[in-house]
Amino acid sequence: MKVTEVQVGLASCGIAAGAEAVFNQFRKILGSKVVVKPVGCLGMCYNEPLVAVITDSGERFLYKRVDAALAKRIAEEHVKGGTPLEDFLAPDDGFFKRQVRIVLENCGQIAPTSVEEYRERGGYEALRRAIQEMTPQEVIVEIQQSGLRGRGGAGFPTGMKWSFAAQEPDPVKFIVCNADEGDPGAFMDRSVLEGDPHRVLEGMTIAGYAIGARFGIVYVRAEYPLAVRRVKEAIAAARKAGFLGKRILGTPFSFEIMVKEGAGAFVCGEETALIASIEGRRGMPRRRPPYPAQSGLWGHPTVINNVETLANVPWIIRNGAEAFARYGTEKSKGTKVFALAGKVRHSGLVEIPMGMTLEELVFDVGGGIPDDKEFKAVQIGGPSGGCVPASLAHTPVDYESITQTGAIMGSGGLIVMDEATCMVEVARFFLDFIQKESCGKCTFCRIGTKRMLEILTRIVKGEGKPGDLDKLIDLGYKVKTNSLCGLGQTAPNPVLTTTRYFQDEYEAHIREKRCPAGVCRALLRYSIDPEACRNCKLCAKACPVGAISQGDGPFQVIQQEACIRCGRCREVCPFGAVRVE
Amino acid sequence: MAKRALKAKKEKPQWKQILQKHPPVPESVIPLLQAFQERYGYIPPEAVRAVARYTRTPLSQVYGVATFYAQFRLRPRGKHLIRLCQGTACHVLGADAILNHLKERLGVEEGETTPDGLFTLEVVRCLGCCSLAPVMMVDEETYGRLTPRAVDKVLAEYRKGKT
Ligand SMILES: Cc1cc2nc3c(=O)[nH]c(=O)nc-3n(C[C@H](O)[C@H](O)[C@H](O)COP(=O)(O)O)c2cc1C
Ligand code: FES
Repeated sequence: MKVTEVQVGLASCGIAAGAEAVFNQFRKILGSKVVVKPVGCLGMCYNEPLVAVITDSGERFLYKRVDAALAKRIAEEHVKGGTPLEDFLAPDDGFFKRQVRIVLENCGQIAPTSVEEYRERGGYEALRRAIQEMTPQEVIVEIQQSGLRGRGGAGFPTGMKWSFAAQEPDPVKFIVCNADEGDPGAFMDRSVLEGDPHRVLEGMTIAGYAIGARFGIVYVRAEYPLAVRRVKEAIAAARKAGFLGKRILGTPFSFEIMVKEGAGAFVCGEETALIASIEGRRGMPRRRPPYPAQSGLWGHPTVINNVETLANVPWIIRNGAEAFARYGTEKSKGTKVFALAGKVRHSGLVEIPMGMTLEELVFDVGGGIPDDKEFKAVQIGGPSGGCVPASLAHTPVDYESITQTGAIMGSGGLIVMDEATCMVEVARFFLDFIQKESCGKCTFCRIGTKRMLEILTRIVKGEGKPGDLDKLIDLGYKVKTNSLCGLGQTAPNPVLTTTRYFQDEYEAHIREKRCPAGVCRALLRYSIDPEACRNCKLCAKACPVGAISQGDGPFQVIQQEACIRCGRCREVCPFGAVRVE
Repeated sequence: MAKRALKAKKEKPQWKQILQKHPPVPESVIPLLQAFQERYGYIPPEAVRAVARYTRTPLSQVYGVATFYAQFRLRPRGKHLIRLCQGTACHVLGADAILNHLKERLGVEEGETTPDGLFTLEVVRCLGCCSLAPVMMVDEETYGRLTPRAVDKVLAEYRKGKT
């Protein structure tokens, strides 16, 4: 078995974990003898940096958490010596077993910007078929029959959106790929753009053909410099290979794509705000209708689709609507990519068929909760979404079922929470986010969220008053029904779901001035167990305010009036004698 | 810090070159502000005016854009920019403690620059590396799985002159 290729995961997550040093190490030792290739994200972010060693018989050895030293050993012993280092291989932990990879089929497997490698795996075949063998109308029908719905959050049927724009007589139309991915805790779109950018470009070009647009724009958020770079490289490569530009593949169809960088505003993910931002203005949403499909960029019909939505398109054209519709539930077809993060063992990127339950997602794919903690809830849909409690973990992942819980499917951020997460504090966190990101155009969103935040801040500080809960819920419904855009209309969701499912936690904060999860600082009380204390005084040294002194015996005590509840004493105590309640 | 402002002032006669990379239309306002910030680490007030004149957009509107987007900075920043993530995943995994630690070690609040001009501390929402939470970026480099001790190590590297 000769080793023919070494692949190093060089997406943002891999680089952050130190993959560049690993890559350089392989290059240095192996020179040009073996192909050392940067690839995108495999999704196993919990094992980054990841290295795959491929042999001439097609066997694949996956190493986890590789650093420069281990890279050296792999290069010497495995690549040159032919003996795999069994101890360092990523174990088969069931992570991939229940996944279905459509959008992510190439992620982490190919050199991201290479047209050749993309084509080897069937890339640009869908584009060829669409523009050479199908009419625009047939393309739209195919997408409609597949049942594909928008993956950017709202789940609007993609084929229908395209048909609206196609009907418009305006000869100038646009395709916009929404890569603003503002949901904090989500990184699906980044991974696709970094790991398989051609797939998104191909999807956009097919969409352009379907609706009669000649021009596409990828709107990427400012925090994703690597994604921007890869997309630009991929555009240049596609143009060179004749998949973009004038008269693509000898047909009369021409299409160009350019990249626009966002400037850091969550609301710009909303489609009308996104248009304002591209046009060079403050990213403020406007009333709809007219919808962008009728009047969008500079007043022309514009189809705005999410990255993942577009990444599904080539697969559907290549394999047919029926093959796609075999996955999923009656109304939610295909797969959904999730960014699993938070208190979960396998945090990373996963793609599952719609209809899988949240429980299966967290435990079978995600590997469950670390440190033997209790599973409490998942936060799904980001700041517009909500918290689904463990008691509803049997909820299947499809648009309607998730909406019924009060959360939304959202774009794919999924944060797992355990018993040590305070739901009141989580609600406050999201509201704080929304309140800062509200563009300020409409009153309910601007002032309503501010008032709600004040109440929540009061509650986590232990200053909650009776009646606060009712006021919060009442305000929440008002903001939800009276706001101008999706930001305000969904902003109260995290509050409304937590007050519904975790009312007792709110009550504990308000009535008993107690935080059951032990998170809200102002409600904690630190003390030293005299039995467990060995009087080593490490805590007294560590205390930044000098609140710890000698007790009347061989132990230390904390002066409650002086304590600022920073928890430093608890961190340094070697005997676990500092209690918190 | 003052260095950047000085550089901006000195180069002002050559700003035309920056401006002319984009067409003189209102759509260029954001890319132009980004270009200035890329060059100087912030947008000098004079540049806001220059962009307005060049794109034939009212100054109020350009200023409105410059203050609307979180990315834009109207004051000079330190040599290194620390962006600490306070997104959901990082928050759940203790980014608050990291923020407090950073504030203490640097002696500054969010958005401020250390007196020696070495670091500016900013807080951002999600760097897209949630599985490595808590995460921060120093300039273009990302650091994950942070602990207070890991933060100290990173700061020390930059203090020693890492660029
Ligand atoms: C506040 C707000 C933020 C949004 N952020 C995003 C985003 O980051 N990415 C995205 O694709 N859609 C986002 N959307 C949804 C878009 O408005 C739009 O529905 C979507 O891009 C349409 O594409 P799709 O049909 O393919 O899902 C956001 C909506 C709102 C109200
Ligand atoms: S939440 Fe911190 S990187 Fe995403």
